[in-house]
Amino acid sequence: MRTESRFLIGVGAFFGVIAISYWFTAYEDGGTMMLVGVTALGFLPGSYYYFWHRRFRGYKYFFWGRTERVVGTRPEDRSDATIEDGAGVVSSFPGSSVWPFILGSGAFALLLSFVFGLWLAMVGGSLILTSLVGVTAESRRGGHH
Amino acid sequence: MTDVIAPPAVAHAHEEEHGPSGLMKWITTTDHKVIGLSYIITSVVLFYIAGLLAMGIRVQLITPSGTFISFQQFNELFSMHGSIMLYLFAGPFAFGGLANYIVPLQVGAPDMAFPRLNALSYWLYLGGSIMMLMGFAVAGGAANFGWVAYAPLSTSTYTPGAGQDLWVMALVLTGFSAIFTGVNLVGTIFYLRAPGMTMFRMPIFTWNMLVTAILILIAFPVLTAALVMLFADRHFGTKIYEVVGCHMASGAPDAHACGSSVLWQNLFWFFGHPEVYILALPYFGMVTTILPVFSRKPVFGYKTLVFATMAIAALSTGVWAHHMFTTGTVLLPFFSLMTLLIAVPTGIKFFNWIGTMWRGQIVYKTPFLFCFGFLLGFLMGGVTGVILAAPPLDFFVHTTYFVVAHFHQVLFGSAVFAGFGGFYFWFPKMFGRMLNDRLGKVHFWLLFVGFWLTFMPQYIVGLRGMPRRVASYPADLGWQSWNIASTIGAFLIAASFAVMLVNLWVSWRYPVSAGDNPWDAHTLEWFTTSPPPHHNYMHLPMIRSERPTWDYNHPTSPSIGVHGARYATATPGRDGPSGNGHPPGGNGSGVHAGEASASRAEGASGGSGGGDAGGQPGAAGEPGGSGEPGGPGGEGAP
Repeated sequence: MRTESRFLIGVGAFFGVIAISYWFTAYEDGGTMMLVGVTALGFLPGSYYYFWHRRFRGYKYFFWGRTERVVGTRPEDRSDATIEDGAGVVSSFPGSSVWPFILGSGAFALLLSFVFGLWLAMVGGSLILTSLVGVTAESRRGGHH
Repeated sequence: MTDVIAPPAVAHAHEEEHGPSGLMKWITTTDHKVIGLSYIITSVVLFYIAGLLAMGIRVQLITPSGTFISFQQFNELFSMHGSIMLYLFAGPFAFGGLANYIVPLQVGAPDMAFPRLNALSYWLYLGGSIMMLMGFAVAGGAANFGWVAYAPLSTSTYTPGAGQDLWVMALVLTGFSAIFTGVNLVGTIFYLRAPGMTMFRMPIFTWNMLVTAILILIAFPVLTAALVMLFADRHFGTKIYEVVGCHMASGAPDAHACGSSVLWQNLFWFFGHPEVYILALPYFGMVTTILPVFSRKPVFGYKTLVFATMAIAALSTGVWAHHMFTTGTVLLPFFSLMTLLIAVPTGIKFFNWIGTMWRGQIVYKTPFLFCFGFLLGFLMGGVTGVILAAPPLDFFVHTTYFVVAHFHQVLFGSAVFAGFGGFYFWFPKMFGRMLNDRLGKVHFWLLFVGFWLTFMPQYIVGLRGMPRRVASYPADLGWQSWNIASTIGAFLIAASFAVMLVNLWVSWRYPVSAGDNPWDAHTLEWFTTSPPPHHNYMHLPMIRSERPTWDYNHPTSPSIGVHGARYATATPGRDGPSGNGHPPGGNGSGVHAGEASASRAEGASGGSGGGDAGGQPGAAGEPGGSGEPGGPGGEGAP
């Protein structure tokens, strides 16, 4: 987690510097706002990953709240990890699912309705709603394997 | 849901469970390899379509007052050529296609982090592509305001019509597709790496895709927002970019009722310049993956390449207004400086690429040649980019064919040369069969000659003042001969891609089995079968460097000195040209004990002559002419 957090915090830090220097050289609103947005895009997930990095090292919060329970780093973060260290559930992956296709078709029809008339929005909207229900139910039920 | 469980020493692959078949199987798939291949096939088809549009442009420009197509059609052609190539080919081919297929394999993951989101990305991309092409079928024709859609030209006053609206909406769809893919790539790389695959052991291709994904997340939301505002301007009466009809009763312009057309350029290029690197960085990664394999060396300067990639990406987000020097509304020194700075990390990359090849035992296979073509083409494009970064020079050549030649050399160099180099490189992994090396070389040399013949004259004609996006030009300025040369080059490029179709047909009709690792390559994806099974890996090797497959196949010459390699009991020494006597086909024999891999070992021994004396990476193109009918993966080439 440490490299991940450093990577994203680095994004935030770089664009923070650029945003400040751009504002004080160009005095231009639009570009500054976008650069501030990029700064947040780096810092928000970056601090989340830093939080987990510290949690793995035994701190309940970023720098304080030391707990007895040290989780240790993940096997993919350890240079000496063996394949056996990763044994167990990797993750849960869905089998085949038709709902991404339905959802994509719905989005297609919905955006097409802005060009060809709102009747298409009914088609698109119902496809999107159906697929949202379907994909949620599939996640609860288990779907096709 | 399938809980993918990794028991000790055995990874997660399995026979694909029974489910829908035929067309439904494709529609309902969540397998990153099927989705990646769908992306690749779709984007390459769109590449051919956009290439045909470019041929129409070049034919029109043979004569000063060409009558091949009307001016209106010419506008549609160059707009759609640029839009398809940039939005629908170059990006999706890299981050939707090859990255989707290769990145989970390279980090040792069973699939992408969010497989259904991945499928949705593809359907949005396909829908967006169809929507953009639908423009040719509606009254008024396809979008004709250029791929940049500058306001106020793109407002409803100057370009009304459904084709333009379809273009806007298509980009909203593909924009979301790209954002979802970016999220998916970041999630996969952060959470699904194999044990021991630390961040600084990831292949450079994966690193570049991570950086690209961050760039996507920076750039594409801005484009989507800008497009929604453009659509509101076109139809809902807002005046965000609109500069007409906002006068006071006295006729004097009213600043508060007026939009700003330069705002579009700011928003668009805040997307557009990172987009250039979204299109380039994946291809840098492909080159960095391919060059060491065919130089028979580890990559030179691994960490330097990673940090150079980050530096390029970071700087690229601070240079958007160098496309707007001539608007007179931007801070020239800031953007000029930032732009010139990009040359530094790019130069570092070139240094590393040359260092990788330096004193290597270079094997001139097709993927290597394509990467070499990339180096030369991208270098020329980069050098002219430095010229354009200087505002006084940019004022002179802005909106001329000089700029056209510059960005074609950059983007053609990366997306086409490196991209199809990657295609030739990974095709055996995807289909389990080789592409013919001789035909690949014919493809390369036709493309190489055609590339330089097409774009070098455009520099000259641009310096002599020919503007871009014109369907006719004065006859007495000496531009015609250069244009004819350029058109001849374009036909050579078209011929080269006809050769690629022949090559695909040959591979489909006369399959040559590839084996697991035909190039004796380094990274993890070459450890599994070709094509990989569902959820990718039966076994994983120990990961102790960024070259796990190489270390596994060459136990006496592990990646000593490569960053992250720590061998407690490593035997010093390297197998040089004389070889250290590995059994040929070291990829398979003995190590994959078990019935599941016995057939793989046989398949591999044909193609992967890992340790043979000459240091050749297998007899890849012509493995003994054994011509096994129906290699693994019986389905044909696209």
